[in-house]
Amino acid sequence: MAVTTRTGDAGTPASTPPRQAGDGRGPGRTGDAGVNVFSHVVLIGWSVMVAVPFAWALLASLKTSREIFGSPWSLPAAFQWSNFARAWDKGVGEYLLNSIVVVTGGVVLTMLFGSMAAYVLARYRFPGNRLIFYLFAAGMMFPVFLAIVPLFFVVKNLGMLSTYQGLILVYVAYSLPFTVFFMHAFFRTLPTSIAEAAFLDGCSHTGVFFRVMLPMARPGLLSIGIFNVLGQFNQFVLPSFLSPERPVLAQGIATLLASQRYEGDWGALFAALTIAMVPVVVVYLLFYRQVQAGLTSGTLK
Amino acid sequence: MRHGQYRFIVGFLVVPLALYAVFVISPFVQAFYYSMTNWTGVSPQFEVVGLANFKALLHDSLFLRAVRNNAVLLVVMPLAVILAALFYAFLLNVGGGGGGTGVGVRGVRGSGFYKLVFFLPQVLSVPVIAVIWAVILDPTPTGLANSVLRGIGLGSTGWLADPNLALYCVLWVLVWGSVGFYLVLFNAAMSSIPKDLFEAALIDGAGRVATFFRVTMPLLWDTIQTSWVYLAVLALDVYALVAVMTAGPGGPANSTQVISLQIAQNGFQFGRAGYASAMGVVLFFFTLVIAAIMLRATRRERIEY
Repeated sequence: MAVTTRTGDAGTPASTPPRQAGDGRGPGRTGDAGVNVFSHVVLIGWSVMVAVPFAWALLASLKTSREIFGSPWSLPAAFQWSNFARAWDKGVGEYLLNSIVVVTGGVVLTMLFGSMAAYVLARYRFPGNRLIFYLFAAGMMFPVFLAIVPLFFVVKNLGMLSTYQGLILVYVAYSLPFTVFFMHAFFRTLPTSIAEAAFLDGCSHTGVFFRVMLPMARPGLLSIGIFNVLGQFNQFVLPSFLSPERPVLAQGIATLLASQRYEGDWGALFAALTIAMVPVVVVYLLFYRQVQAGLTSGTLK
Repeated sequence: MRHGQYRFIVGFLVVPLALYAVFVISPFVQAFYYSMTNWTGVSPQFEVVGLANFKALLHDSLFLRAVRNNAVLLVVMPLAVILAALFYAFLLNVGGGGGGTGVGVRGVRGSGFYKLVFFLPQVLSVPVIAVIWAVILDPTPTGLANSVLRGIGLGSTGWLADPNLALYCVLWVLVWGSVGFYLVLFNAAMSSIPKDLFEAALIDGAGRVATFFRVTMPLLWDTIQTSWVYLAVLALDVYALVAVMTAGPGGPANSTQVISLQIAQNGFQFGRAGYASAMGVVLFFFTLVIAAIMLRATRRERIEY
């Protein structure tokens, strides 16, 4: 860290309260231009490093295989839209459908069961409450590879290998620790007065949960729901062992890379990548505050 | 009323707990049992062999190679990610033009945009990232990375095809993909530090660098420590990147073998489910030990604010 050149703020009388650093808004005025320029150069440098591979992959989806490797920096001579049709025929359509079915079922059930468990653990006192909570919380730390071989046989004995229901149930189970942990914290912050009023009006425990608490928890549900959508859509380890016959998109991409090593249809591979990337990037751009908040909050607590 | 309440509690917990018990807890517990058997995973018959699997692991050169590679990732990756993320968070928060007007330390403009871009790799699936980098790091002279090297006057290199470089390519992609997440994390932690602490530091005459190292960093210590544990777990658990990106996978010449890959190969290809479970148990204890060491070694007095 070599940003020691200009420290012009030292000794400046703090006649007006200093702004809180962090939001980064507000115009830079006089002085410190050197630091400012240096910061932007470095930050833009990393931005380019992150963005160029993705932009390059998007562009490659419209090039021929020869262009991708022969002249990686140039624009395609003609846009190869047929790459997308070939990618679709190589199974991407089917993989995408599998992903959509599994993620829809997985996220709906994860949010339902996760909120139910978190709500009860956060709002009711009963013997074993802490134990169950820590049991869920511990699941966030365990390496999934410790369990993968026995898990395969659990799913196999249930006759659920390469089935939608098998993947959905496993996704739900492995998403529960984070969901319960996060929703637990969220339900704790909600005020009790409204729930008490509902009880006085004769609402049942179940009624209070579905009609009062869940609607109040909407911001938390949204943020953790998006987290689960991305997490389950991107899941690779679990389906590659548990659903070899019915691959989801992330698996399909890996399989396509392996087969292009001898088929050589790299344009179609990048078209498949684009199909896999675009929905995720759209969700990210629409909800990036919730995504960043959801992903990081689990680590902070 | 009391009775109804317990029925409600049980009713809400039974399905989530059952799913969790069947698909998460039971496999974890079974792994410990299978690790002491010679189960192939195919035949229903097997014997308990005690610690024989663990003894065999000590002489399994491929496994030891995998452990060594994981160790390299474990040492370098968290360090690189945390230093880079802290550096960028520092620039975002105190790298802006300020001063002269008594406005104090400020962040750069457009920090929202930088966070948006930096974070992007985190939301895409590992196979997508692995495929992109596998093609960028194409070993032929016309590959993208090699064309950059040629552009700055260096010769082309084999990248993932070079046994001496392949592991560092994996390491680079891991770092590249993780920095944004930890930048956002550190940035959020920095934003929650109360303003009057910065105010006080300014009144005491601290510059922006001194403020960062003397005020911000100590207050971030908890977050850094947690990040370290998470990154260490990530380094131990790495699978998808290696499985998709490297030749073999795990090659060339086993230079990118990792524990998770060994578990997958022994458990599902070589018919050595018991042996693979023993590797899983070793992985589990590595995780446990590292978390404990990290939390102990980096323990400091917690600063409340």
